[in-house]
Formats: sequence, C-alpha cells, structure tokens
Amino acid sequence: MEVIRNFPLFTIILSLFSGALCILLPGRTARKSALAVEGVLLLMAAAVLAGVLHAGEAFTYTMGEFPAPWGNEIRAGVLEALLAVSFLGILFCSVLAGHTFLEEDLDVSRIPLYYTLIHLLTAAMMSLIWTNDIFTGYVFLEIMTLTSCGILIVREIGRTTLAAVRYMILNLVGSGLFLLGVVLLYDLTGHLLMVPMRETIAVIAGNPASMRVLNMAVGILTIGLAIKSGLFPFHTWMPDTYGWATPTSASVLAALVSKTYIFLLVKIYFRAVGIPVLEQMHIRNVLFALGILGMIVGSVLAIRADNINRMVAYSSAAQIGYIYMGIGLGGPAGYVAALFHMLVHAVTKSQLFLTTPHLARVSGKSLKFKKLQGSGIRNVEAGIFFTFSALSMIGIPVFAGFASKLQFGLAAVRSGSSIRLVAVIIALALSSVLNASYFIRTIIRIYSAEDHAKRAHLVRKDRLPYMLPMLILAAFNLFLGLLSWVVIGWIEQGLAMFV
Amino acid sequence: MKQNLEKRLWKWLEGEWEPLDYLSEPAEVRDSSRESLKEQKKHLRESIDRMEHTQAVVRAEQKGFYAFYTLTAVICCLVLIGVLLYSVANVSEYGVENPLTMEVVGRYVSRGLYETGAVNVVSGMILDYRAFDTLGESHVLFTALVCVLILLHRDRKNMLPGVEDYYTVSRENYYELSGDPILRTVGMVLLPCIFLYGIYVLLNGQNSPGGGFSGGTVMGSALIILSACVGFARTDRFFTRRMITLVIFVSLAFYSLAKGYVFFMGANGLENHIPKGVPGTILSGGLILPLNIAVGMVVACTMYGFYSLFKRGSIGEDGTSLD
Repeated sequence: MEVIRNFPLFTIILSLFSGALCILLPGRTARKSALAVEGVLLLMAAAVLAGVLHAGEAFTYTMGEFPAPWGNEIRAGVLEALLAVSFLGILFCSVLAGHTFLEEDLDVSRIPLYYTLIHLLTAAMMSLIWTNDIFTGYVFLEIMTLTSCGILIVREIGRTTLAAVRYMILNLVGSGLFLLGVVLLYDLTGHLLMVPMRETIAVIAGNPASMRVLNMAVGILTIGLAIKSGLFPFHTWMPDTYGWATPTSASVLAALVSKTYIFLLVKIYFRAVGIPVLEQMHIRNVLFALGILGMIVGSVLAIRADNINRMVAYSSAAQIGYIYMGIGLGGPAGYVAALFHMLVHAVTKSQLFLTTPHLARVSGKSLKFKKLQGSGIRNVEAGIFFTFSALSMIGIPVFAGFASKLQFGLAAVRSGSSIRLVAVIIALALSSVLNASYFIRTIIRIYSAEDHAKRAHLVRKDRLPYMLPMLILAAFNLFLGLLSWVVIGWIEQGLAMFV
Repeated sequence: MKQNLEKRLWKWLEGEWEPLDYLSEPAEVRDSSRESLKEQKKHLRESIDRMEHTQAVVRAEQKGFYAFYTLTAVICCLVLIGVLLYSVANVSEYGVENPLTMEVVGRYVSRGLYETGAVNVVSGMILDYRAFDTLGESHVLFTALVCVLILLHRDRKNMLPGVEDYYTVSRENYYELSGDPILRTVGMVLLPCIFLYGIYVLLNGQNSPGGGFSGGTVMGSALIILSACVGFARTDRFFTRRMITLVIFVSLAFYSLAKGYVFFMGANGLENHIPKGVPGTILSGGLILPLNIAVGMVVACTMYGFYSLFKRGSIGEDGTSLD
C-alpha cells in the first residue's frame, strides 16, 4: 500500500516526461513508446484501484512538503482509480486500433507531434481525475483544451480546421467561465483545495450575500464545464469535431475528454461545494431539464444525419444528455447512474468511432449511408463490432447500455418526485425508440447488399492491431453489462469516500 | 403531402433518400459528348435551377442564422455582465480583512520567506507552495508550440502545388528584413542590453518581481529581434529545429523530474536535501532558481518558435521542412 500511494504522482510525471521526450523521437518509436507508457500507466492505475479497494478508504497525497491548505494535493479513491483504469484502457485501445488510419491521415513528420499531444492529454486526464485542488483543475483543463484541439487539427482537411476553430472557441469560452467561477469561489472562501473550500462554504452558507455569490459562481462554473462536455444547447461543436477527426482522436475526444470534464464537475459538486449546499440551489433542475432535452434533440438530429460518423456524434450529444439527467436527478442513485453511464458510453462510443472508418474504407472511403450499403459484408469483423456496440447503445439486455438505462430508471424511482419519475421514464422510452430507429436502420443498411458473394475480411496487416483492442472493448462492455453490480458497488463506495 | 411523407420515409429506410439531399448532392456527371444539343441544354437548365434553389435555401438559412446569432451573442454578453456585476456587488468589500478567508494567504505572506527562502513571495508561491500548478502551466506553453507546429509547419501536405517553387526560389530575400541598415545597427546596439536584462529578470526571480515566464519572454523577444536583424540564414546555424526541441525537452524533463523528486520526498516525509541558501542572494530559494531557468528556456524557445513558424512555416532548417 505504501508504494501504491506514489503511483498517482508517477502517472502524471511519467506522461508529462514522455510527452516532452516524444517530440525528439521518430514516428514509429513514438507510437511504441506511447503504447508502452499507456501500458505502464494502466498497470499503475490498476494497482491503485486494487490497493484502494483492499484498504477500503481513499488517500490524499501531498505534492511537496507543505500540508493541506497551503500546498497542492492529489487524491485517490475507488472512483478515481476506477475511472483512471477504464480511461487508460480505452486510450490504449484507441491508439492501437487507430494507428493505421493515422499513417494515412497524417504527414510522417507530424506523427511524433501527435503522440506528444496524446501523452500530454493523458497527463491532463490523469491530473483532472486525481486532483484535489480546484485551480490545478483549471491548469490541466487548459492543457486538455489545447491538446484536444491539437489532435483534431492534425488531420489537415478543411473540415477539421473548421471544426477545430468552432471547438476551440466554445472550449475557450468554457474555460473562461470555469476560471471566473474559480475566482469567485476563491474570493468567497480563500481556499483552492477542495476540502477546506467545502468547510468554509458550509460556514458562510448562512449569509445571504455570500449565498448569492456562491449561486453565481457555481452556476458559471457548471455552464463552463457543460459547454466543454457538450450539453444540449452547446452540442453544436460535436458533429464536426467527432465526425471528421482521425479515428483515434474521435474516439479519445468522444469517449474520454468530455467525460473527464463531467467527472471534474461531479468532483467539484461533492468535494468543493458540498451536496447539502448544492441542494439549496436550482442548478440541478436546470441540468435535469437540459439533459432530457439533449437526449431527445440529439437523437432526432442523429436520425437526420446523412453520414455515419455524424450520426454517431449526434448520438453522443444524446448520451451526454443522459449523464446530465442523472446528475440532475440528484441523490446517490442519480450520481451513480450518471457515473456508470459515463463508463458505458466511453467504452461503447470509442468502439463505434474505431469501427466506422473500417466500414468506410471498404466503401470507397465514404462515410455516407448510401455508399455504406453492404459494408458489413465487405468487412466482416468491422460489421460485427459495429452491430455489437450499436446494440449496446440502444440498450439491449446483456450489453452495457441496458444496465445503465436500468440504473437511470431505478434512480428516478428512488428520487421520490413523481414529476421527475414520469419525465425520466418518458424520456428514456422515447430516446430508446429513437436510438433504435437510427442504429437498427444503419445495421440493416450495412448488411443489405445484392451481392453476398463479396464477403471479405480484414487484411492481415490490420487484423491483430484491430481485433485485439476491439475484443478488449467488447469484453469490457459485456463486463459492464453482465456484472454491472460489481462496478456499481465500486462507484457507490467511491461516492461514499467523496464526502 | 401525407403520402409524400410516407413515401419519403420508405425511401429513407431503403437508403435512396436523405433529408439533406438537396444541399449535399452535386449534379450528376454526364458524358455530354454523346448527348444532343437539346438534351445538353435541358440538363444545364436543370442543374442551374437546382443550384439556384440550393443557393436560395442556404441564403435564407444564413439570413436567419445571422440575425439569431447576433441577437444571442448580445443577450449572452449582457447576461454575463449582469451576473458578474451582481456577484461583485455581493462579495466582501475590497481591503476589509476577513479572518475566515485569510488562512492560506496569511501563511504565504508571514512565513513564505522562511519556508521557501525566496524574498519574492509570488515566486515562492508559484514555484514552491503550488509548484504542481506551475508544472502544468509550463507544459501549456509546450502544448501550444506543438499545436502551432502541426498547423503551420510547411511541408508537401499543407502547401498548394506550384507555390512551393516560389517559396524555395525566392526565400532568401522573401522573408528577410535583414537588408535594412537602420534595423541592423539599432538592433546590434540594443540586443546585448535586452539579453542582459532578460537574464537579470530570469535569475532574480526569487528576489524581485520577475522569474521564468517574464524573463523568458524578454529573451524570446530578443531572439526575434536578432533573427530580424541578421536574417534567418544566420540564426539557423545555431537555432535548428533539433536544437530548439532539445532545449525544450531538457528544460521540461528537468522540471518534471526535479519537481517529481520534491513531491515524492515531501509526500513521504523525507528530507529533500535541497539547500535554501541565503535569502536575497542569487543562490537562494532552493529549486526556484533552476526551475525559473528551465521555464525561461521553454518560454524563450516557444516565443522564437512561434515567430519563426508564423513568418516562414518552420523552426530552423534541418532538412525536414522542405525536402
């Protein structure tokens, strides 16, 4: 246990160091080093998860010689470790599965730069997961913003540049609002570390003037992170960003980056603001309403899309709506459902984004539905994995998507408010039908072709680097679906440690 | 209309029709040589009609969009201004000490010199108390440099065909201001002073206002003036891309490893054996001086790199830019 306490620090330092190192390496070595580093980080995070589960309590780690309210601190509990393990695993799979496309999409001289950005993004993700300090959150939020724009523009076609401009502007607005929120919170409390901040807020919550500022601060901060993660009225950057980025980037952006922002928000709610104080505000109701709207609007837009990647991207907008609906439901059950859905969506969406380019590759490199006719027959493996994750996305039992929808339903029942219950049940039903309509239509499309004799498999060069990560993701998906109670138990334990 | 909708639904399910077809579908390519003149005219008329229709739709959408966009932007700004003014009106008054919020700041001010060995409390704060944040901040610059390198680095992929020759042939004088004798003379007089000032600011970060970020900026601007005065051809002899990335790598690696060591020792309750030195002298403040130098190197190289990339699309000649 004593050694394990150092691992969160090591994950951050190691990924920062290898980020700086990668810029000096040639492309192939850079990729190998990226995979090796992700592997080492994954092992470390798994060790932390095992250690924390074994000990049954979270630990904080002082960054330097100055203790809590004066120096920086990071913290590891079950929830942080679980997210770190899952996210690093998904990152590993994305890098491994997407590199053949990377070599097509990128100039050779840019490949080391790409892996530099991936390392820095890993460092930012790790810091945002482990952080116990709201300003550290802001600093690494900036790195996250820049790296996520970087891995988007790296594929230099006009659409990605356009998408990156839009993504960057909205992202910077989000960062700016987050910073304003942090400044107001610091002015109110005089602390940047989460726990002392929460204690001070509990003291000043009785004062109406402070409470007004607190309302504004938390509101601004929430809007900032909602813009960055793509909640409903701010989802407009999603289709182009996810739809045109190179497959590794699309998978990382859709599955990991937006989820990290949401996790930071949940962490701030629990550890910096405090749930009792948060309950006095109305932010939760706004998030609930926007989440439900996002679920419906995202699905309708996905039906309208004419391009498979844009459809999957719009479906992301709907899934982000689910997560915010869970946060808006409140109560332990709501947060558990939201966090569980974060994992489910991360694993499913990354698999979808890593599969669609293979379907496009056998369809004249076109992502349009018209061209994709029969692509599941032309590439058997990609068709199977697409069907697999699409079924999970719809919420068919056995797959992970069903488990999370069930959790949302249970959370709504436990929330004790009949209006919320009715709203959630109707939204879940409607959104599932819409989900099913566009995913099943796509499945039918990729399997309907006049000429069944053209059945083909992946070329040998692609098989191992594609099949291995896809099988890992599929296994993780089934694990979340069949053994959901294990993961949900961990999430409940982690949330209990938050307080 | 109803039947039309049903028909469309089926066409959509069968994949023959997409809702956005009217915008995205280009006109079919026909082999016009085999058509009669009348047919050609007809097809031309059709495609013009379709184009005009698309344009009209797009224009109508744009018009609505611009009105909506302006209105929303104004409303958003007004709301944000209102929210901020409302918050500021409710925060505690400036200059009034609130004992509740003074815990952290009080310790920084009263014990900062003793605990960090730095006369400049701000340096002690950002490089010692809250060094982890600054570790992130120095990597923000590096990230920005990598992004600009991706965007602006000129190679075969992001250049128009034909433009290449123009750049390569005339690049000798195309990018250079160095022929200007006034710039050159004044630059040669000013440069040593600017460099010296930058080094002073950098090295005295722990004793007076300044440090890595500001000193590095001064030195970076000196490098920019240098390259404008003597021309890239001469600065490239030393500042190659390899050199710049190597300096950045060494600085950042030193920063993260040194701070990682301090974090590790501090968290495990061990002594880190870094002498604090005599406050007020150059060699004081423990790690603050070397960290300031590292940050300064990164900032200076980043500034020069940005300038060079924006001006000519590469950092230094090393054979990777244009064959």
